Amino acid sequence: MDNSYADMTLERLFCEQPHAREFFSALGLSALPEGQTLGTTVAALNEELLLDVGIERQDLLRQFSDYMAGVERLRKQQQALVSSVTVLGGHDKSGNPENFRLELRPGEVTCIVGPTGSGKSRFLADIEWLAQGDSPTGRTVLINGAAPDLARRYAVEQKLVAQLSQNMNFVMDLSAEEFIRLHAESRMIADPAAITATILELANSLAGEQFTPLTPVTALSGGQSRALMIADVACLSSSPIVLIDEIENAGIDRKRALSLLADQYKIVLMATHDPILALMGQQRLIFKNGGVSSIRSTSPAERANLTLFEAMDARLTAVRHALRNGEEIAGGW
Amino acid sequence: MRLITVAGPPSSGKTAVICKTAETLQADGVSVGVVKFDCLSSGDQALYERRGIPARTGLSGNLCPDHFYVSNIEDCLDWGEQSSFDLLVVESAGLCNRCAPHIKDVCAVCVIDNLSGVDTPRKIGPMLKMADIVVVTKGDIVSQAEREVFVHRIRQVNSSAVIIHVNGLTGQGGHELGRLLRDAAAVDSLQGKLLRFSMPAALCSYCLGQRRIGADFQMGNVKKMELG
Repeated sequence: MDNSYADMTLERLFCEQPHAREFFSALGLSALPEGQTLGTTVAALNEELLLDVGIERQDLLRQFSDYMAGVERLRKQQQALVSSVTVLGGHDKSGNPENFRLELRPGEVTCIVGPTGSGKSRFLADIEWLAQGDSPTGRTVLINGAAPDLARRYAVEQKLVAQLSQNMNFVMDLSAEEFIRLHAESRMIADPAAITATILELANSLAGEQFTPLTPVTALSGGQSRALMIADVACLSSSPIVLIDEIENAGIDRKRALSLLADQYKIVLMATHDPILALMGQQRLIFKNGGVSSIRSTSPAERANLTLFEAMDARLTAVRHALRNGEEIAGGW
Repeated sequence: MRLITVAGPPSSGKTAVICKTAETLQADGVSVGVVKFDCLSSGDQALYERRGIPARTGLSGNLCPDHFYVSNIEDCLDWGEQSSFDLLVVESAGLCNRCAPHIKDVCAVCVIDNLSGVDTPRKIGPMLKMADIVVVTKGDIVSQAEREVFVHRIRQVNSSAVIIHVNGLTGQGGHELGRLLRDAAAVDSLQGKLLRFSMPAALCSYCLGQRRIGADFQMGNVKKMELG
């Protein structure tokens, strides 16, 4: 038990530590008398109330100090900088060695290609698990060139990988502004209002159609949702690696989205078979039979083709636009 | 034998998580058995057995599933011992949010899902607050931001648990959860062990079969709400 908290009045505690109030209301203990010390208040809590909310008196102060310690850690966390993630090859499903050493750095985009069941998800799971030759693939993951502290495996607040996928939806009943603010507050960001404004502005710059801060997140279009998720992950997620599972074409500037993530020093891993996205990466990992069968850097010839594909894409986009406007699709497209 | 209690609200994915985790454990040579507690009916035993996981079912019928569970847990342990499992998972029904099936010195897992909403961690009692491991499911279909807020909300009500994401469909995270379960404490006997928290109380005329409504018919442990 931390006596320094027990001896404080709730009034002072809530004033100095705004997150403390949330702890008690989350437990179902709101409307506590604020004039007394925390210790006195807890000692005077009705036994029946404690039974109803489901916590034991002697646990309450301990849980509270644990929680406050966690808040403090989050606030101080000078996000232990990840300057590189290294993956050392293991073996594929048949036991053939992979023989590679892959270095992933912030600001780089690496694409992941291969058929379903070829081992793409397991590769990402190995990174998340910080595999040390103890996963089914036998791969080893190094952080900043060294073996990581394995306590990090189960430290959910320091998760290495944030995810963005086509299947994701917003389910919260909040406006875009309230939603981002809630996320910022849970991350203990010093100025939630400022970061919320930045994220909404970035999201609108990625989305084809604009939305307002008051739009409910559940009412956003597919493109707007994706734009908001990308801007939010870029600016607010604590994870240094972002995994993208395809970004659909629907009304979002994919090139800007990728550069936004790269600008925020994210290590971007993208599972995609979209020719433009795949060639936007610096390199791509090719999966077969549960292992990485080869690693290919995007060559100058491929980059030249990327320019070509982008021109083709722009033409298709123009047709889509014309369709939307009710025009006839005739003539020299 | 190691013993694990798994609790969580209905449809949170307890069975899917146990199936996926048990499969990875069995692949590593750990033999796993499951006892499923439910209320009226359950097809989960067949679901487990189809995957080669020996299972038994306990149906509580019109009794509180929690009370039914605790009266039968020792017999479940005996069944597990006789079957020579390395690890026995007891899955409780979790029909009310005030369920409290966790036992002191026995590894306690709570499964909750992202889709249930960010306020859910506040609505769940001892089965979440007193768990050693909190498994979060259905993370693949909500935004990263909601996942992070959800974890934060769990932290507010359980500051010490290990929180882990498991996908009940693909099994992602099951291997990692399995590693934690393998380190669970071995339990030889439950005789005299303590529940981590008191179970939801009951003992009123309605527990005993009363069906008529009205003050005259309410007896025993009756509580009145304040409507202001």
